[in-house]
Amino acid sequence: MQDNVIDRRNFFKLSLLSGGVVAVSTISGGAILHATELTHVHKKTQESSNKIRGKMFFQVQTDFDNLSAACERIYPKDEQGEGAIGLGVPYFIDNQLASAYGYNDREYLQGPFIEGIAEQGYQTPMRRNEIFLEGVKALEAISQKRYKKTFSSLKGVEQDKILVDLEKNKIDFIGFKSSEFFTFLRDMTIAGVLSDPIYGGNDNKNGWRMMQYPGAQMSYIDKITSDEFFDIEPMSLADMEG
Amino acid sequence: MAEVLKKVDVVTVGAGWTGGIVAAELTKAGLNVLSLERGMMQTTENFAMIHDEWRYGINYGLMQDCSKDTVTFRHNVNGLALPYRKMGSFLLGSNVGGAGVHWNGWTFRFLPYDFEIKTKSFERYGNKLGNDYTLQDWGLTYKDMESYYDKFEKTCGICGEENPLAEKMGLFRSSPYPQEPLENTKMLKRFEKAAKEMKLHPFRLPAANSKGGYTNPDGQDLAPCQYCAYCERFGCEYGAKASPINTVIPKAMSTGKYTIRTHSNVIEILKKDGKATGVRFVDTRTMKEYIQPADIVVLTSYMFNNAKLLMVSDIGEQYDPNTGKGTLGKNYCYQINMGTTAFFDEQFNTYMGSGALGTTCDDYNGDNFDHSKEKFLHGAMIYSVQLGNRPIQSAPVPKGTPNWGAKFKKALNYNFTRAITVGGQGASLPHKSNYLSLDPTYKDAFGMPLIRLTYNFTEQDRALHKFITDKTAEVAKKMQGVRSIKKGAYLKDYSVVPYQSTHNTGGTTMGADPQTSVVNTYLQHWDMDNLFVVGAGNFQHNSGYNPTDTVGALAYRCAEGILKYHKNDRQLV
Repeated sequence: MQDNVIDRRNFFKLSLLSGGVVAVSTISGGAILHATELTHVHKKTQESSNKIRGKMFFQVQTDFDNLSAACERIYPKDEQGEGAIGLGVPYFIDNQLASAYGYNDREYLQGPFIEGIAEQGYQTPMRRNEIFLEGVKALEAISQKRYKKTFSSLKGVEQDKILVDLEKNKIDFIGFKSSEFFTFLRDMTIAGVLSDPIYGGNDNKNGWRMMQYPGAQMSYIDKITSDEFFDIEPMSLADMEG
Repeated sequence: MAEVLKKVDVVTVGAGWTGGIVAAELTKAGLNVLSLERGMMQTTENFAMIHDEWRYGINYGLMQDCSKDTVTFRHNVNGLALPYRKMGSFLLGSNVGGAGVHWNGWTFRFLPYDFEIKTKSFERYGNKLGNDYTLQDWGLTYKDMESYYDKFEKTCGICGEENPLAEKMGLFRSSPYPQEPLENTKMLKRFEKAAKEMKLHPFRLPAANSKGGYTNPDGQDLAPCQYCAYCERFGCEYGAKASPINTVIPKAMSTGKYTIRTHSNVIEILKKDGKATGVRFVDTRTMKEYIQPADIVVLTSYMFNNAKLLMVSDIGEQYDPNTGKGTLGKNYCYQINMGTTAFFDEQFNTYMGSGALGTTCDDYNGDNFDHSKEKFLHGAMIYSVQLGNRPIQSAPVPKGTPNWGAKFKKALNYNFTRAITVGGQGASLPHKSNYLSLDPTYKDAFGMPLIRLTYNFTEQDRALHKFITDKTAEVAKKMQGVRSIKKGAYLKDYSVVPYQSTHNTGGTTMGADPQTSVVNTYLQHWDMDNLFVVGAGNFQHNSGYNPTDTVGALAYRCAEGILKYHKNDRQLV
């Protein structure tokens, strides 16, 4: 028997004997049970912020500081709470650039590479982490040229002007458009604020808390018909470990 | 040299909804069935950590690996097609269960009008759209389809209620929905009231997310939906959303006559003397080639791949848009989506929901209204749903809000729980220049050409899109407590970048006549009696609905056809 051949005996070993489906057979006939009784339970063991962080991609501190400053302009700290830096977003981005996201792992990267129309999507042999690195280095180059200062030390409005130029394709790069870099930067900042804290951003679930998103809850069956608004303490996938 | 394996009665390419249904029905009848699946095995157990938007929602954890296979795209025959390098516009599934694992569960029957669209449209309006639109009847009627719809809906335990316009549309049911509609919510009631003020006829969306515990006619159990908000792009951790992996595949397995071989990518249909003799496939772990002989071959992969396998195996005549000759690749259609978002100061539990938790109206769908003064045929459903918003994908902000910065942050956080969208999902009609063919340049990881998509929205699409977008704005404005609305933009050129819909149809169309279809109404290939092709590729056009109910119904019809063929060994019609 090869391990990729699944017949009756193997299938039932794989599926019907594993948690969920066995439990299901006991509730046929209309009973409504809570999710936790069907599969797994949350264990609230990982409440605190993520203190173990490190750079996996960026090698030069100035690059990382400039990335951080740009993210903070996209999602700034205000009276509601932390901005991108306080939420750990620069580490989220750095770590993602070192992994499947940064290397375009599940994307078609065979040539020929020909620039097409916008509706055909990006057509570059460059990996996203290469685009990010060139983009972040350009922040510094433009800043030095215009203000003779490092990007991260500029005033917010000055940083915004550079970001707007990137967004509007006013900066030339080889191999990609500056708007493509800006879109990656913008989208990754939002993702770092709002993805599960297991990825290193959204520190202590505060990104979720600000928008009143409860995260990876198991079930809302007891609340779905209610007219009342529920502000629920958010839950991370980390809360299921342990 | 390819290793030749032991012959089976039936081989299917892929183990999703269509492969699973065919396997369940044929094994119950005593045939041996083998499914070749390019992905891995997965069961409900795989989804214990599924509530992860970044992994599954944004990075497509359950979708096709584009580095191995994708499509190329251009707008028209004169353009240069370039690869769809990263998923965007549509999301192709992967692994056992296929796209049937990550669907939302919207389960609509197509209208009687849909199956006879050419005849009925010509009767009422003449050749209104002109000859560039290649409208076709499907070769059978709604009456012929009803029992197969009924069967698929019982397999899935669909939760629904009678459409108030059913009688007007001729949409009869031989039995009621297996389960009552999903729970109703404050958001949906807000939409329902506004729709009724507009004299529309709202009803609860038919859902494959089981409301209660349900046992289907095959003896397979579904658990009650928990409204956890992780349906579309996700597998159901509760086994509540009907999918091949908790219904037809375990049923087929229980017969002892079904085998799935994973990591097996089919690259060619083998043939001799006008019959299929089996398939050639590659084990994706070793790249070793195998030949799987079979009495009957069934193409049950996604519609792009079904078409591609026929093309690379040189079965049927490739469609040529210049001459109009050939049927393979013809009538590729998509879907058009439109909508208006309404913003409130009041908060709603927008983050809860289920894949098909919603309310919809058919007043402007099909031919339910007079099109004499309009520049289009068909229409769209108008709906509101509570799928459970996830924060990265869904960031509703009012008109004029910047895309980033301090004002964006405030708007994002304030409006996440204060927005309701009124959407439309529109029909897509075939046009002579929208079709599928093989790409001359780009190849997949197995050396086979990528499928090439030549497609753009048509004048028909644009006129329909504008008409329905305006209707959604009218409904949105009427919702009680609305602060402002943001109407979606009218249709521009088709782009593969933003997500729109995984409702790709056509290319291996069905019909009563080999001149206008690839397969007959039992989904049997016109040129090869023991080859069946089933899926949304069979559609002659796409309706203002989701395709899965029709795909499931066609798979049951296909299984019936295969059993008939197995007895008679000839062309069925």
